[in-house]
Amino acid sequence: MVTLNVNGKNEEMDVSPEMPLLWALRDRLNLTGTKYGCGRAMCGACTVHVDGEAIRSCSIMVGTVAGGKKKITTIEGASGKVAAAVINAWQKLDVVQCGYCQSGQIMSAITLLSKNSKPTDTDIDLGMEGNICRCGTYVRIRQAIHQAAKSLA
Amino acid sequence: MKLTTKNISLEHPARREFLQATAVLTGAFVIGAFVPFAKRVYAASAGGPAAGIRDPNVFLKIGADNTVTLLSKHFEMGQGISTGMATAVAEELDADWSKMRCEFAPNNPALYQNLAFAPYMVTGGSTSMMESFTQMREVGAAARAMLVGAAAAKWNVPAAQISVHKGVVRHKASGRSAMFGELAPDAMRLPVPEKVELKDAKQWQLIGKRAPRLDSVEKTTGKAGFALDIRRPGMLTAMVSRPPQFGGTAVSFDAAAAKKIDGVVEVVQIPQGIAVLAKDTWSAIRGREVLKVIWDMSKAESRSTDAIVAEYRQMSGSKGLPALRRGDAAAGFAKAAKTIDAEFVFPHLAHAPMEPLNCVLELRADGAELWSGSQLQSIDTYVLSKVLGFKPEQIRINTLLGGGSFGRRGNPVGDWVAEVAMIAKAINGRAPVHLVWTREDDIKGGFYRPMALHRVKAGVDSAGRITGWQHQVVTKSIFTGTPFEGGAVKEGVDHSSVEGVVDTPYAISDMAVDLHNAKSPVPVLWWRSVGHSHTAHVMETVMDDLARTAGKDPMAFRLGLLEGKPRDIAVLKLAAQKSGWDRPLRKGRGRGIAYHFSFGTRVAMVAEVTVKDAAYKVERIVAVVDCGVAVNPDVVKAQIEGSIGFALSSVLRNQITLNKGVVEQNNYNDYEPTRIREMPKVEVHIIKSAEAPSGIGEPGVPPLAPAISNALFAATGKRVRALPLTLV
Ligand code: FES
Ligand code: FES
Repeated sequence: MVTLNVNGKNEEMDVSPEMPLLWALRDRLNLTGTKYGCGRAMCGACTVHVDGEAIRSCSIMVGTVAGGKKKITTIEGASGKVAAAVINAWQKLDVVQCGYCQSGQIMSAITLLSKNSKPTDTDIDLGMEGNICRCGTYVRIRQAIHQAAKSLA
Repeated sequence: MKLTTKNISLEHPARREFLQATAVLTGAFVIGAFVPFAKRVYAASAGGPAAGIRDPNVFLKIGADNTVTLLSKHFEMGQGISTGMATAVAEELDADWSKMRCEFAPNNPALYQNLAFAPYMVTGGSTSMMESFTQMREVGAAARAMLVGAAAAKWNVPAAQISVHKGVVRHKASGRSAMFGELAPDAMRLPVPEKVELKDAKQWQLIGKRAPRLDSVEKTTGKAGFALDIRRPGMLTAMVSRPPQFGGTAVSFDAAAAKKIDGVVEVVQIPQGIAVLAKDTWSAIRGREVLKVIWDMSKAESRSTDAIVAEYRQMSGSKGLPALRRGDAAAGFAKAAKTIDAEFVFPHLAHAPMEPLNCVLELRADGAELWSGSQLQSIDTYVLSKVLGFKPEQIRINTLLGGGSFGRRGNPVGDWVAEVAMIAKAINGRAPVHLVWTREDDIKGGFYRPMALHRVKAGVDSAGRITGWQHQVVTKSIFTGTPFEGGAVKEGVDHSSVEGVVDTPYAISDMAVDLHNAKSPVPVLWWRSVGHSHTAHVMETVMDDLARTAGKDPMAFRLGLLEGKPRDIAVLKLAAQKSGWDRPLRKGRGRGIAYHFSFGTRVAMVAEVTVKDAAYKVERIVAVVDCGVAVNPDVVKAQIEGSIGFALSSVLRNQITLNKGVVEQNNYNDYEPTRIREMPKVEVHIIKSAEAPSGIGEPGVPPLAPAISNALFAATGKRVRALPLTLV
């Protein structure tokens, strides 16, 4: 039995500690907002927060974050001022196209803005480097992050 | 005709059989809060093609809560068509935009066919807005008239005195008003008006303005439903081990190690390979990893990319099929003062949508139900019915949002749907099957944008006029062997192989285009903008070379070849103006123009690049687009921005290469899409137009590569002709 603290709740499940967190979230907890894109920490579609830090859930084992001490947050549980500002900006600017990468983009943007309240274009490029959008929504991702930063100021 | 791909051999039906199989009504289905007016639905469609069905009962659900839900016949893969079609409906319905919703229509081609591809239910070819703009407005207008009729009867006042505004139906004189939800049940019992009058463009409240996307909220909160998110009771996840070379087949397999993995339930052989079924995705991945398969590669592709290019080059020197003969190209070329002779090579490209291919199939005694994000419901219905031995009307398809597609989710042989059907059949339908491809499966899975080789000989006279143009295209046909062959292939010439060349808007009086159809077991497919993805690069870089050869400015040179084409000229001129075409650039910078007409839409792009040694960066793209009426200008803008982000990686680095038949790329490390740091600044300008809407999902792709190539030439004086563009 493994205990995971996800979105503020302790969840018990019978999985191998070696299972990547992504599949535990999606296949066991049915938290399908977190996406699979590459499985190899190259696209960021699977980004979640562990204690506020953006991590690639496809490439971290359940065992590493088990025990209930580490707080895992998925898009479904993203909340707080920064998250609201980011999601709001994303909606206002209609950033999404297919939308498949956007949970991961939003989770990365929340971490970026939590650490840097006034990111420049270069800061954004660095902070969002690991998140691929095949639909190419990058122009609006930049704009939305600036807009969210402004609304938080 | 037998179509063989890496994964499947499907006897393709004669066109007529296919039509019969797909155009049938798939039984009664109930439309939401609306009266299930099944009778009228059938009456409207029984007597032949459903061209222009405008019965609101087919397309709309009006809820008691006043929401208006469009049953979209088009698949949403990010292109914004749900928002676009809903805008057209809401405009004529005078609906409240905040009450508009969208769901996907069931697979019933008789009702939901694409009028441009009748009788198929198809989303593709950038046709959606073009084919549905009038129909959706008529649906909205008919629904409005019926709501007004219901109010008139209820209030006992003349319909002419009733107005509708933002979802409220009002009779001013008596002060009565009602919302849509209240009137809908009565309204839908009224006959659908024979004729409806559509608003004049001047009266539009929503069309041409910004309407927030209908899918933004669900897609920013993790709630959007993709096929990968479908969960059915008892569902098993399947991964397929496929032959490492295209055209290979499985001889035998050893599943002992796979079956030892916790969670692996079953291993079965299907024509496409060996399928591992497991209780969750991770177990399926691990089970497949340890599966041992012996392959027969005797009929497989075993060449390397270099050898294929050499073969294409040889073919380009032989006699091809005449794709275009205009004037006397050879004589024209012979009398040129200056000539150029250029060869272009284009690699295979994978679509690599963010959501890898997947779908869920559930078998029942009396039919099958599929959950999938698919562009071609008609094909999927046909493939499932063939493999499973059901009638088309026993196949139910739930269309879901697609996590990108770019053409990959619209396969005329329905490769992944055929796989899931074979697996479900192999286990006798004991459990719902979720077939999942990994990213590696996707990159290595074929159905690529075909490789192509072009050779162009063209010349200008001393006045700078093009005197002759001889053009060889070598590529593999996409449409041959598909149900769409009849419309696309004429005497061996697949239009998609030469589109963008044979129909160039430039005045070239002496032109000859030859097509050479290459053969290969590597399956190919339309990739966002299809043939234009290579032809535009050829046309627009040769145009630049000719302009310089003739000592002319590339912009002026193009304008000179577009006489009598005001729409094309306007696009180019605005691009010149907005990009500051005449302003000099710093050293190390270059500016390039490209213009292309595709899918009815005109797009010009001016690229600005900086070059440092062998590295270059695309700094800025100014795009001008004329797509007729821009129903949702913000969506149009997004499609151009997105096309640039999508296509840029194939300019910078993407290519699928074969080493002795084996695909060398694996995942996003060696087939890496554009990253945010590489994304240029983008400006999009939309020409105001009253013309019918044309395509927008694809036309932003073709001009990007040549604009960048031309900018690199301007900066370095070096012409790179092969894609991806590398300066060495
Ligand atoms: S799925 Fe985890 S980074 Fe791509
Ligand atoms: S919106 Fe489609 S991949 Fe980002």
